[in-house]
Amino acid sequence: MTKKKIATIWMDGCSGCHMSFLDIDHRLLDIADLIELVHSPLVDHKDFPPDVDVTLVEGAVSSNEDLEKILKVRARTKILVSMGDCAVNANVPAMRNRFTPKALNEAIYLAPNMAQPQIPHGTVPTLLPQVRPVHAVVKVDVYVPGCPPSNDTLFYVLSELIHGRMPDLSDKTRFGA
Amino acid sequence: MSRVVTLKINGQDVSGREDESILDVARENGIEIPTLCQLDGLSNVGACRLCLVEIVGVSRLLPACVTRVAEGMEVNTESERLLRYRRMIVEMLFSEGNHVCPVCISNGHCELQDTAIALQINHIGMPYRFPVRQVDASHARYGLDPNRCILCTRCVRVCDEIEGAHTWDIMGRGIASQLVTDLATPWGESETCTSCGKCVQICPTGALFIKGKSVGEMTKRPDFLPYLAMMRNRKNGS
Amino acid sequence: MHLEDLQRITEEHHAAEAGLKHVLYVCSGTACQSSRSDEVVKALQAELKARGLEATCEVRQGGCQGLCARGPMAALDQGKVVYQHLTPEDAPTVVETLDSQPPDHLQLPSTMPFFTRQVRIATQIAGLLDPNELNSYIAAGGYQALLDALSNKTSNEVLQEIVRSNLRGRGGAGYPTGLKWSTVAKAPQTPKYVVVNGDEGDPGAFMDRSLMEDYPFRVLEGMTLAAYAVGASYGYIYVRAEYPLAVKRLQSAIKQAQKQNLLGSNIAGTTFSFNVEIRLGAGAFVCGEETALIASIEGGRGTPRPRPPYPAESGLWGKPTLINNVETMANIVPIIQNGGEWFAEIGTEKSKGTKVFALSGRINNTGLIEVPMGITLREIIFEIGGGIPDGKRFKAVQTGGPSGGCIPEQYLDMPVDYESLASIGSIMGSGGMIVMDETSCMVDVAKYFMEFSMAESCGKCVPCRVGTAQMYDLLCKISEGRATLDDLVLLESLCDMVKHTSLCGLGQAAPNPVVSTLRYFRDEYLAHITEKRCAAGVCQIKHEPLEVHS
Repeated sequence: MTKKKIATIWMDGCSGCHMSFLDIDHRLLDIADLIELVHSPLVDHKDFPPDVDVTLVEGAVSSNEDLEKILKVRARTKILVSMGDCAVNANVPAMRNRFTPKALNEAIYLAPNMAQPQIPHGTVPTLLPQVRPVHAVVKVDVYVPGCPPSNDTLFYVLSELIHGRMPDLSDKTRFGA
Repeated sequence: MSRVVTLKINGQDVSGREDESILDVARENGIEIPTLCQLDGLSNVGACRLCLVEIVGVSRLLPACVTRVAEGMEVNTESERLLRYRRMIVEMLFSEGNHVCPVCISNGHCELQDTAIALQINHIGMPYRFPVRQVDASHARYGLDPNRCILCTRCVRVCDEIEGAHTWDIMGRGIASQLVTDLATPWGESETCTSCGKCVQICPTGALFIKGKSVGEMTKRPDFLPYLAMMRNRKNGS
Repeated sequence: MHLEDLQRITEEHHAAEAGLKHVLYVCSGTACQSSRSDEVVKALQAELKARGLEATCEVRQGGCQGLCARGPMAALDQGKVVYQHLTPEDAPTVVETLDSQPPDHLQLPSTMPFFTRQVRIATQIAGLLDPNELNSYIAAGGYQALLDALSNKTSNEVLQEIVRSNLRGRGGAGYPTGLKWSTVAKAPQTPKYVVVNGDEGDPGAFMDRSLMEDYPFRVLEGMTLAAYAVGASYGYIYVRAEYPLAVKRLQSAIKQAQKQNLLGSNIAGTTFSFNVEIRLGAGAFVCGEETALIASIEGGRGTPRPRPPYPAESGLWGKPTLINNVETMANIVPIIQNGGEWFAEIGTEKSKGTKVFALSGRINNTGLIEVPMGITLREIIFEIGGGIPDGKRFKAVQTGGPSGGCIPEQYLDMPVDYESLASIGSIMGSGGMIVMDETSCMVDVAKYFMEFSMAESCGKCVPCRVGTAQMYDLLCKISEGRATLDDLVLLESLCDMVKHTSLCGLGQAAPNPVVSTLRYFRDEYLAHITEKRCAAGVCQIKHEPLEVHS
């Protein structure tokens, strides 16, 4: 049996979902023979590889960098998983949607307590007008709400997907779980 | 005196009094129909549309909370179509406001959240509207976060019908509707509010809350309501 | 006031008229007033005075002649000559040619299909009497029906006449009027109320405004007959405040009728008493919905409530309430005068009588018409309406306002009645008819009506409050060329859901403009979505890179 190519990406989120993913702990070893982790914020591949079987997406689409990333990931992934509330419903990152990116930049980078108040250009990603959930931008195949989804939930999702089954999450997680 | 009638709900034979609603009779028989605007002890407005049911021989869907049972009625509460509509209604409510469950004081004790879980909603299919709404924290003990308000008008009704103050009402129309105290003055400056807190206890979400609670700490206790309503009815002799 | 008094007033009026050589009624409706018809009246009166003709010729304010596009209009001697485009400067010419032929540019041929193809029952002689004068109405046969009914017919006989006529509600849904009346008549509770719904809010509809402005006594008399038939003692006319002239004329009509004991206690010396009050709407479209209208009259926020119970059983303050539209009420008097059978002979099998339509949009003869049920849309638009201006091609006609649909060319030969219009996804509605030609984009039209429904939603129920906003957003996305085929799927499922789950008619019908344009003009939606192109050149296509659903 060929190993399933698994990837994870991290956009606008707190990395809590990745932490929960790592909390799968030793059980990761149980499935290590079945998967190949081809890309992850923790693995440091420069470019997202082609022909990935499953990608777990943490975070909402918030900046132009996120947007480029998710488009490429979608194009190179068979099953895209929205992992956690930020990916599923934009969650806390979307609380900035009531402000314009300009107002946000000014409030942060031109704050009076800044040593050298200036709005950065080119060094940080440009904010999109609104933070949006992943499925508002690309097609999503599996939704795993939760903030973060528990390690059990994520392990269940992963095991089902690598065995070619669609996970049924109705009694396993929820918004804000 | 009301007559007793027999009818079928989801194929099950049940009986009810003629002045009971389909919702009453369904619940008495352990048949769950989701609701958000309905609350025992308050008048029914039929506004959330979650309790719509199919009745054989009636072309329209009717809200179970305000539709009386009748002899020989055949009610269906669980069709694929009704479930689809209910999911869409809940998705609409999520898309309409700014519901950020993980940082909400009512996380885990929220009727909107519970309804979404019961309907197996794992994402919101329609675009979020991300409205800009201001929190009112002017009251000494309570707060209003309209981002979490679903305009069920339970607070409006409890304040008017039970407390008799009518501090709350709805201002504006359509998608711009919003909850206001008095004539849209800050809650803390309201001349009519008695600070009884009934509105907070019957609010289905975290929109109305007690100050000082943190994430997931706000548990609502609406149980007082049927008792108060019963006492009031007894006093009025009805 | 008794039947003999009516006779006397009529005779006196005719005697006075006989002494006049010419009577000219200048339209004083809102449309003609906005093109200075009141100045035209003054100029003509001054001109007559200057020539010493004021004793033999009279210029009066009259009602609507129908062809608003040619206003200000006027009718001389019972319509012998019909004037168009009058200005105060034309006064000398008009007065000079009273006995001869006025210049061609000032008159309209009476053989025009616009006039000859109409059948006027509700608007009968609305253009040829002074809407401010009770005696003018009486001389034209007014109040005969009421006084005759009060002294010679039982209330049930009046009711049965309406049942026999098969008249259906002209507010849009076409509920049988006789059935509604008998339900209220049979309701055990008292007091009962009669409400006239004059909250005409459809864009492009002005039938009820015109009837209230030109024919206030006709509406009042019909309402009084209705009260007699159902046993009501109190009535309200609910008029939107945007119709100040209608309000003024109704107020004056109520005052005059009260003075002559045609309203009030013991009308015409009988035991029947009926009082009428006007209530002003604050401009909410939803208040045309009967339960919202009731809430508004009661002094509450104008929001609908679930039906049943219907107002006929539990309406104003929980009492049995008859609610009829203005045009329905304007049909009552002729039915009582001529009998239900007479009315039932006009029209089609299921839709009897006539219907008043307001023609607007891309059509030559913009204005108000009354036609028999069963006439075809083609006859209305191309014969009576004079076709499409500037040689453009007809594309669709919208009936029923924000609750109706767009009808394409292939159905132009279909007879106009309640069932036919419903069968092709539109509704009769209250009578607005907006004609569109090739310069209209149907996505843009749907977006326009959805914006209207969204703004007018009361916000009470979730599907209408949120659904109309979601549908509007999606239509914006489509019209701007930013949408995907997935968005179209979502739009269609929202249409279905909002239609079947909304609390009142506003929400239930709000998807109709989208559904009907999708049914007949789907290619236009697809052109916006897949080709990013608006064939009519109306929509501003934008390019936003964020939408990349695969």
